[in-house]
Amino acid sequence: MADTDDDHIYLSLAEEHGDGDARWAFGTGFEDPLHGVETAVPAGVDAVRLAADCAALADDALVGAQRLAEWCTRAPELEEEVALANIGLDLLGQARLLYTRAGQADGSGRGEDAFAYFRDADAFRSLRLAELPNGDFAFSVVRLLWLSSWRLALFTRLAHGAPDPVLAAVAEKGVKELTYHRQYAADWVVRLGDGTEESHRRTVAALAGIAPYTGELFTGAPVCGVAPADLRDEVTGVVRQVCAAAGLELPEAEPLPGSGRDGDRTDHLAPLLAELQSVARAHPEGVW
Amino acid sequence: MTTTDSAPSATGGAEQELQERFDTSIAKDRRIEPRDWMPDGYRKTLVRQIAQHAHSEIIGMQPEGEWITRAPSLRRKAILFAKVQDEAGHGLYLYSAAETLGAERTELTERLISGRQKYSSIFNYPTPTFADVGVIGWFVDGAAICNQVPLCRSSYGPYARAMVRICKEESFHQRQGYELLMTMVRGTEEQRRMVQDAVDRWWWPSLMMFGPPDGDSPNSAASMAWKIKRHTNDELRSRFVDMTVPQAERLGVTLPDPELRWNPERGRHDFGTPDWSELQRVIKGDGPCNAERMTRRRTAHEDGAWVREAATAHAAKQAARGPRGSHTEEGTAA
Repeated sequence: MADTDDDHIYLSLAEEHGDGDARWAFGTGFEDPLHGVETAVPAGVDAVRLAADCAALADDALVGAQRLAEWCTRAPELEEEVALANIGLDLLGQARLLYTRAGQADGSGRGEDAFAYFRDADAFRSLRLAELPNGDFAFSVVRLLWLSSWRLALFTRLAHGAPDPVLAAVAEKGVKELTYHRQYAADWVVRLGDGTEESHRRTVAALAGIAPYTGELFTGAPVCGVAPADLRDEVTGVVRQVCAAAGLELPEAEPLPGSGRDGDRTDHLAPLLAELQSVARAHPEGVW
Repeated sequence: MTTTDSAPSATGGAEQELQERFDTSIAKDRRIEPRDWMPDGYRKTLVRQIAQHAHSEIIGMQPEGEWITRAPSLRRKAILFAKVQDEAGHGLYLYSAAETLGAERTELTERLISGRQKYSSIFNYPTPTFADVGVIGWFVDGAAICNQVPLCRSSYGPYARAMVRICKEESFHQRQGYELLMTMVRGTEEQRRMVQDAVDRWWWPSLMMFGPPDGDSPNSAASMAWKIKRHTNDELRSRFVDMTVPQAERLGVTLPDPELRWNPERGRHDFGTPDWSELQRVIKGDGPCNAERMTRRRTAHEDGAWVREAATAHAAKQAARGPRGSHTEEGTAA
C-alpha cells in the first residue's frame, strides 16, 4: 500500500465538510430524536409551564452530567471511566434538547447555551440531590440509582402521555438511556453492598447521607401532567429491591425542608456553576 | 530502554524451524497471531510498545479532561467528553492487545504508576486555555495519526486491528480540534490570540512526539526489521510538517519556526531542530506536569482499590452461591 493511503485522512482535514455537525460530532448524537416531530406548542398546552418544566428537567441533567464529568480520570477502573462518561453524555444530550425546547416554548428563542451559561444559581430549578458533591464511588452510584430510577419512572410516563410531542420524543429517547443508567447503578450498589466490609460500610453511609434528599423527588406540582407523588411507590420499590439484593436496608429519614424545584439550593450549586460557566462568561463575545 | 537484541536467534532444530517460519511470515507480510510462535524479543518489544501506547491514552485523558467541566458551550462539552471517553476506550483495547501476549493489565498499570514504564512525553505539557483543546486535536492527534496509521499494517494482528479502530477515532478527534480552532479564529481578537499562543506552545513538543532523530533511536532498527514499525522517526516527522503547513496557512496562524520553508529541490519542507535536551528532561520526569499526571493516575488507582476489591469479593461470593444468585451483572460496565 502506498503512503498516500495513509495520508488521505490527514490531507482532507482542511477541506470543508458538508455534513451537519450533529453527524460527526460524536456525543451530540448521530440521530436527531426530533426528526419529523412538530415543534409548535400544541393548543391547550400552557407554554410557560412547559418551558419551566423542560428547563427544570434540563437543569437536573446538566448538573448530573457535570458531576459525572468530575469523575473523569478519577474513576476506580477504566471500564468505569467509559461507563460514567457514557451516562454523563446521555444526560448532557437530554439537557441540550430540553433547554432548546424550553427556549422555543417560552417564546424567548434562547438557545441551550443561554440557559446553561448565562443564568445564575438562583435561576436553576435542579433537584438538590443532583447538586451534592460526588463523595466516594458508593455515594455517586447510590445517588445515580435514585436519580436514574426517578427519571426513568417520570420519562416512561412522559413518553406515552406528555401533551407536548417534543417532550414526549425527548422522553422516549431518554427511557432507553435511563434504563441503562439504572442498571449500571443497581449493579454497582449490589456489588458494593455485598462485596467487602469496607464497601458495605461505605454504601450504608451513602444511603443514609442521601436519604434526606430523596423527599423532594416526590413533592410539588405535576410535571407535564405527571404528579411527582405518583412516582414514589415505583421508585422507592426499585431502590428497596436493589438494597435487598445487596444485603442493605433502605433507611428512613426526615426529608429536607423545601425543594430544589422551588428554588431552594444547597451551597454546592454556585461553585459548580462558577466552574461550568467560567470560560463562556470570560468571553461573552466569543464563538465556540 | 529496549530488552531486545537486534538479531533475534533461536537454538535447536525445532526452534530454528519455528524461527524460519516466523521470518517467512514477516517477509511475506503475513500477520503474526497470539498463538503463533514468536521470538522472545519480538514479544517483549511489542508488550513494551503496546503498553506504553495504552498508558499514553490513559494519561492523555488528563490534559484535555481538565476542560470538560469548563467547556464554553454544551456542544463543545459533549464533543470533548466523548473524545476523552474514546481515549479511555483506546486504552482498554490496547491493554487487551497486550494481554494477548501474556501481559496483565494490573501489572502494566503497576509499571505505569511506579514509573517503570513511560507514556508519551507530550502529555506532560499544561493546557492553560481552551484553545489548547483544539491545538491538541490538530497537532497531537495529527501526529498520533502519522505515527499510528502505518501501525495498522503492523505485523502483530491484534495490535494492527486495534490500530485500525483507534486511527478512525483519532482522525475524528483531529477534525474536531481543527474545527474548534477554525471557529475560534473567526471569533474575537482575544480568541485568535489564544489560538496562536497555543500553537506556539505545542508546535515543538508535537514534533518531538516522533521520537529522537533516527541516529539516536536505539529501538528503531529491530522494530523496523520485525515490521512492528514501518517508517523512521525522521521520515514521519517530516511528513507531519509537510501536511501541517498548508493547514496552518488556512487557519491563519504562524508556526513558530523561522527556518521553516519549502525546499523545491527536495519537494519537502526544511525545518528547524527541536530542543532535544528538553525532550530528554521531560522523559526523565522534569517536564512541567510529570508529577501532576502521575499523582492523578496513582491517586485514582489507589482510591479505587476498595471498589475493585468489592467487585472481586462479590463475584467470588456469587460464584460460591451458584447460578441462582440474587443478581447477575457480568460485564455490564464493559
